[in-house]
Amino acid sequence: MASELRLKLFIAGDSPRAREAAENLARAVRSLVNGAAHVETVDVLESPDVADEYRILTTPTVVREAPAPRRRVTGDLRDTAQVLAALHLFPATPTPTPTP
Amino acid sequence: MSRATTVPKHRTGIPGFDLISEGGLPRARATLVAGTAGSAKTVFATHFLAAGILQDGEAGVFVTFEDRVEDIRANMLGFGWDIARWEKEGNWIFVDAAPDAEEPTSVVGPFDLSALLSRIERAIRKVDAKRISLDSLNALFVQFPDQPILRAELFRITTKLKQLGVTVLFTGERIEEYGEVTRHGIEEFVADNVIILRNLLDNERRRRTIEILKLRGAPHQRGEFPFTITSRDGIIVIPLSGIELTQTSSSKRITSGVERLDEMCGGGIFRDSILLISGATGTGKTLLVTQFMAGGFDAGERCLLFAFEESKDQLFRNAAAWGFDFEAMEKSGRLRVVNRYPHAMAMEDHLVEMQQVIQDYKPTRVAVDSLSALERVASLRSFREFVISLTSFLKREETAGLFTSTTPSLLGGGSVTEKHISTLTDSIILLRYVESYGEMLRSIVLLKMRGSQHDSSIRQYTIDETGMHIGEPFRDVVGILAGAPSWNDDGDEAER
Repeated sequence: MASELRLKLFIAGDSPRAREAAENLARAVRSLVNGAAHVETVDVLESPDVADEYRILTTPTVVREAPAPRRRVTGDLRDTAQVLAALHLFPATPTPTPTP
Repeated sequence: MSRATTVPKHRTGIPGFDLISEGGLPRARATLVAGTAGSAKTVFATHFLAAGILQDGEAGVFVTFEDRVEDIRANMLGFGWDIARWEKEGNWIFVDAAPDAEEPTSVVGPFDLSALLSRIERAIRKVDAKRISLDSLNALFVQFPDQPILRAELFRITTKLKQLGVTVLFTGERIEEYGEVTRHGIEEFVADNVIILRNLLDNERRRRTIEILKLRGAPHQRGEFPFTITSRDGIIVIPLSGIELTQTSSSKRITSGVERLDEMCGGGIFRDSILLISGATGTGKTLLVTQFMAGGFDAGERCLLFAFEESKDQLFRNAAAWGFDFEAMEKSGRLRVVNRYPHAMAMEDHLVEMQQVIQDYKPTRVAVDSLSALERVASLRSFREFVISLTSFLKREETAGLFTSTTPSLLGGGSVTEKHISTLTDSIILLRYVESYGEMLRSIVLLKMRGSQHDSSIRQYTIDETGMHIGEPFRDVVGILAGAPSWNDDGDEAER
């Protein structure tokens, strides 16, 4: 529905850091309450137009597109807690939320 | 080790800058333009691209790390730079890298600037850019505080841009006018070349200067040069070409407006020479200016007078009292009187405005009454630079110039003005009072006349309702120029 979490992951080519970031992001998503998100990967080397449209400077960068608030996080995303906090997302385990 | 070959230069088109840089910025190299807040870095970066489009038909990329794109479009319209139109025409393209407060970015782990580089490459390809401005790097350091990563990445970007053959201009912020080049030491890793813009307080007046600190492998002029910003032309650097080397080159003579003075000069003054008239108040400097204008007018010339001391009404009344109808002359279109308050603007702005008036009006002779009025509102350095620039400008335009200078003491004396500009002018005319047995007489002497024989006698002159009348030389008096005339009585001497 409208509440489906949509993320865009911008990477620059198939680099070790890009793969690491993708894995780290997947791990962060799994730790969420419903454990799922729609993640679209954009390679800025292949799609500079999309990078320009989203005004991306750094790679890897994750953009939280929907639902609001729009947030961004850049780096190899190694620290799951920090990644979730930056994206205003809440993990399932440490603070269980009463409402679904 | 530097090689003997010099780097090819990329003409910027920024007025005056290509002269002091001896051809422009090194082509396909990176240049850092550093300055404190308010030193016109963004204007410089924009002008670099604007001049490329307007003068050389070269497209440009503008990467903004700080100002919003719409703000830049709006602000630069004030200089007549219609960026929105250039964008539509495919001559200008923005890469918007300014932070978005609505959508903040957090940093978790190492990152690189590949996305920025990819966007810049896309922009360059899209418009086939030859120039790129990145403004300002410090804003990037604020967005992403990880300095080692940024340094390495900026080095990578710079290297790539140079490979693409575009000439790169970065701006960077300085904390103080004289100190380290930039806040984050950007110059060390991005720039082959460093230019510094300064916005100084000089005798309580703002004074902008530009200095080329280094231009790796390329010659350039050293030291600080004044520059100004006008809404018509953007940045204008004032290059101080060595006027001392420029001698009168024309052999054509024109009238000074006073017949006897022409005779003293050996048949008039040279067409592209600069005259300085020095005298105390009331000696007749403005009268000479008036006759200089009227003489040119009668000879069919176009005459331009910059008046800094008296109002136009006052000048016209004075002229009428000596029998010259300035109002009618101005109506005919061959005389123009421009009245300005010395305090109204900085010396550099006066200079640029005067040059614009001269270029628009295209006079054959120009008078400035008086230089002393301008000197009072400037620092010595600004004033000297002003005179050097104006003089060389007039010579380039092959225009005759007459400047007046007021001496502070009534008898004899010289002024600060003269001390600093006498070497810059081709001719100097002194008007001096001579005290004589209970009477004040006036004397005129042609002190110097470059490239010509001239009358070196000190002559008496009178002023009446038809102007200045130069008479015979003083024979029995010495010490006029020293301000202490003493009269000889030949008879007494003979009797001894």
